[in-house]
Amino acid sequence: MKKSKQFWPFIGSAIAAYAVIQLLISMGILDDFYSNILIFMSINIILAVSLHLIIGITGQFSLGHAGFLAVGAYISAIVTMKLDLPFPVAILLAGIMATLAGLVVGIPSLRLRGDYLAIATLGFAEIIRIIFLNIDYVGGAAGMQVTHMTTWTYAFVCLFVTILVIVNFTNSRHGRACISVRENEIAADAMGINTTYYKVMAFAIGAFFAGVAGALYAHNFYIIQPQNFGFLKSIDILVYVVLGGLGSLSGAVVATVLLTIVSTFLQDYPETRMIIYSLVLIIVMLYRPKGLMGTMEITDYFKLWRSWKGDKQHGK
Amino acid sequence: MVNDPLLQVKGVGIQFGGLKAVSNFNLKINQGELIGLIGPNGAGKTTSFNLLTGVYAPTEGEILFDGKRINGLPPFKVTQRGISRTFQNIRLFNELSVIDNVKVAYHSLAKHSVLSSILRLPSHFSGEKEMEKKAMEFLKIFELDKYKDEDAKNLPYGKQRRLEIARALAAAPRLLLLDEPAAGMNPQETKDLMELIAFVRKEFNLSILLIEHDMNLVMGICERIYVLDHGVLLAEGTPEEIRNNPKVIEAYLGEEVHDEHA
Repeated sequence: MKKSKQFWPFIGSAIAAYAVIQLLISMGILDDFYSNILIFMSINIILAVSLHLIIGITGQFSLGHAGFLAVGAYISAIVTMKLDLPFPVAILLAGIMATLAGLVVGIPSLRLRGDYLAIATLGFAEIIRIIFLNIDYVGGAAGMQVTHMTTWTYAFVCLFVTILVIVNFTNSRHGRACISVRENEIAADAMGINTTYYKVMAFAIGAFFAGVAGALYAHNFYIIQPQNFGFLKSIDILVYVVLGGLGSLSGAVVATVLLTIVSTFLQDYPETRMIIYSLVLIIVMLYRPKGLMGTMEITDYFKLWRSWKGDKQHGK
Repeated sequence: MVNDPLLQVKGVGIQFGGLKAVSNFNLKINQGELIGLIGPNGAGKTTSFNLLTGVYAPTEGEILFDGKRINGLPPFKVTQRGISRTFQNIRLFNELSVIDNVKVAYHSLAKHSVLSSILRLPSHFSGEKEMEKKAMEFLKIFELDKYKDEDAKNLPYGKQRRLEIARALAAAPRLLLLDEPAAGMNPQETKDLMELIAFVRKEFNLSILLIEHDMNLVMGICERIYVLDHGVLLAEGTPEEIRNNPKVIEAYLGEEVHDEHA
């Protein structure tokens, strides 16, 4: 089948990419600055891809992704700093607790549609932030000190698993059910799809990986504070997904890479940083109103290119 | 027990605020029958479809399918019990390919779990392969197989209608509800469609309930006809009886004679 044909090249190129970068890091060619950008990029991609499942695939407009990120960050910090458990356990627990948070929000609020769901999830994310702000155990407004534990290897493995799970989920009857909810909820219902179940499922999987990203995030920045997980963080993630093209996973990845690079290099010009960043967004949306990739995936471009080449040869 | 009707609607009605859209609606469909439901615009035809499929819960009365109560069930459960439908205004999954549209309807008949799909276990591959095979069978019957990778939104109108019926059939219904399947089709397309409906009915051993505006068409293929007007059942009977029923003639054609009703 075509899916399994794509599978091995994907694994192969992923391992190759990992090995090359790991080699460059250990040889000292990529210094801390660059490896940090790569880690930060991986975290952002995990966030973008998990939100892509909720918004791009299932069509549920959620503005609460920073809330799940916060749950993951704080839970993982508690696990490593207070309970002295190993980092991988913290990553896993962060994901699980974020999933639970996703279920708590998702089950009541996914009855709502469109704008109303967006407002409800936005409210939820704020509630989470304020809860952490008021718990002294995690440091309140001053935040919580966290040891730096996130390495390129952790970031890469989490990123790889995230993409693999979400691609596999999307390319199955379950993913099709989610897309059918996005395309026409009434028809999906009439075709025997339990729409609530799949909305909650997409929400839970998305929340899990946002929690994982939270664990990486917390252990990358030495300190976490509630203000890092505000409304603007949710918007940041949303921008990656929309800019890449709603419904395109590779689009979300490309947009995240691009915007992370832009915003990192603009850090040297703090006065103009947000102006240039916003200009980039406006220009992309003007020239690619459906996002960088529309609903296409990178593999679709390969297919197009191959059939175009085939036509040319037939023409001769 | 053998003679029990497949679908029995007893005194069903629904009220939206102060408006009684449908009241005291009675209907009986036996195994294998092709029934027509007609009536002027706004008579409550589509509302009664929505009542049968669980989109609305009736405020009065009872719906029995295969002897079991189905009113109050959500639409997806009604479909899983064996009632599937098409829509008056086509509702395809536009951005999905033609074959994926059919696969979505086959969804609840496949068994492979979320976990098996994420881990790509053998049950995922066998399950997906079977879905592909089944979906192709339906596309072939409806002569849509050569468009299988096309996005549904790119199909011409008549083919979209056919795809909607193919999709409804893929949900393995025992009762198929068609809401104006020939709307917007030219006479030749309508004729082809009617032959197709007769064929799938035999092939899949279906009962069919059909809403249609085109009187000739309904009279031509339905065994019994129900007539709705202003949310109440006006008449039921064979096409011959309906054609000669004075109340039906008045509701449909009499408007010009009795100007005060218009």
